[in-house]
Amino acid sequence: MLAKRIIPCLDVDKGRVVKGKKFKDIQDVADPVELAKRYNDAGADELVFYDITASNEERDIFLDVVEKVAREISIPFAVGGGIRSIDDINSVLRSGAEKVSINSAAISNPELIREAAAKFGNQCIVLSIDAKETASGKWEVVINGGRKYTGIDAVEWAKKGEELGAGEIVVNAIDTDGEKNGYNLELTKAIADAVNIPIVASGGAGTLEHFSTVLKEANADAALAASVFHYEEIPIPKLKAYLDKENITVRR
Amino acid sequence: MIAIIDYDAGNIKSLQFALNKLKIESVLTKDPETIKNASSIILPGVGAFKDAIASLNELGMTEVIRKEVINGKPILGICLGMQLFYETSYEDGEWEGIGLLKGSVNRIPDIVKVPHMGWNTIQKHQESPLFHNISEDPFVYFVHSYAIGGNYEKDTLVSSSQYGITIPAIVQKGNVTGMQFHPEKSGDVGLQLLKNYEEMIS
Repeated sequence: MLAKRIIPCLDVDKGRVVKGKKFKDIQDVADPVELAKRYNDAGADELVFYDITASNEERDIFLDVVEKVAREISIPFAVGGGIRSIDDINSVLRSGAEKVSINSAAISNPELIREAAAKFGNQCIVLSIDAKETASGKWEVVINGGRKYTGIDAVEWAKKGEELGAGEIVVNAIDTDGEKNGYNLELTKAIADAVNIPIVASGGAGTLEHFSTVLKEANADAALAASVFHYEEIPIPKLKAYLDKENITVRR
Repeated sequence: MIAIIDYDAGNIKSLQFALNKLKIESVLTKDPETIKNASSIILPGVGAFKDAIASLNELGMTEVIRKEVINGKPILGICLGMQLFYETSYEDGEWEGIGLLKGSVNRIPDIVKVPHMGWNTIQKHQESPLFHNISEDPFVYFVHSYAIGGNYEKDTLVSSSQYGITIPAIVQKGNVTGMQFHPEKSGDVGLQLLKNYEEMIS
């Protein structure tokens, strides 16, 4: 049986992980390579790195981090943040990432998804969608960290993304992000039911139940989270044991 | 020394890093002489079948591979690399493969989400030294939209995975071995498989 995936997400700024402060037993807690190794050993199924700076010189630091991570871990990882062109995609894949996550660049240039999928294969092109609820059961794609509305319906955009060749979709519910009150089940399910490619739920994880609910009820294939993992509120082995008990197939 | 065929096949680094961890020497090359002198060959690959076979043909690698395999050199194909071993692929058209193995490459039916992406278990069809020190039905990492089908020889099936259909996961015929999943991205199980493969062929 295909396992549901648990994906820690690491925001990287100038080569350092943001929010990675609470591990007492590793010396350099903000080192993305150390954290990646830790998650690899704890049983994470995949990792995501977001470059949250993306100025040119910092880009090189980031690519260096990507390569070091690839050297150290033997699970797949995706890279996002500042991906705007075929060249950007090529450089992160060449540095050792399996997948790239494209967000706002796909809004201004949807053809980027098509070109990238044709060139690198759709399995490595992830469409990341930030969505906000505008009416009951309606979500709009937002960019710039949720500050700018695009006028595009999130479910329609997901369908379009699949048609363009994306191999996976990350659904970031901006309304629930950081609240720790659970994933946005309605939004995740609406997108999962509209497409036939894997869906990663993101935004709102706070408890063990939140993970099981989104994986069971919202038809998500994977659940992504940051702070509950970084602050060790939910250790991955404990989460996997819990999901297993809930009859969700996980890799252990 | 393993020759990893260099034909612009995407993320080769993970494979090189995995081999480094196992202290298995490898070189990324498209030089026929280097390939001839290597103890074995790995054909990696991600992306589209038609582009991959076009690059291999253009570089003269298809012929080099056929010749080395006839001479008995072990070859391992990973993911698309394995698919390239077959006669025909129906990915976006119809394309002729290297033809080391009988069978075709077909799209995974839409009764499940495609691509088949993530960790799935593999089930053993026959005993193999590849399974040394590996637990029953281990999880390995898959990411593909096409799978081996058609008239492939059932006795080449070493292990398979269930995803809507039976997906050939490890195939072997003589000196030709294929893995549909990514051993280099399959954690400790994947590293053990690569180690077992190396021991099997040496």
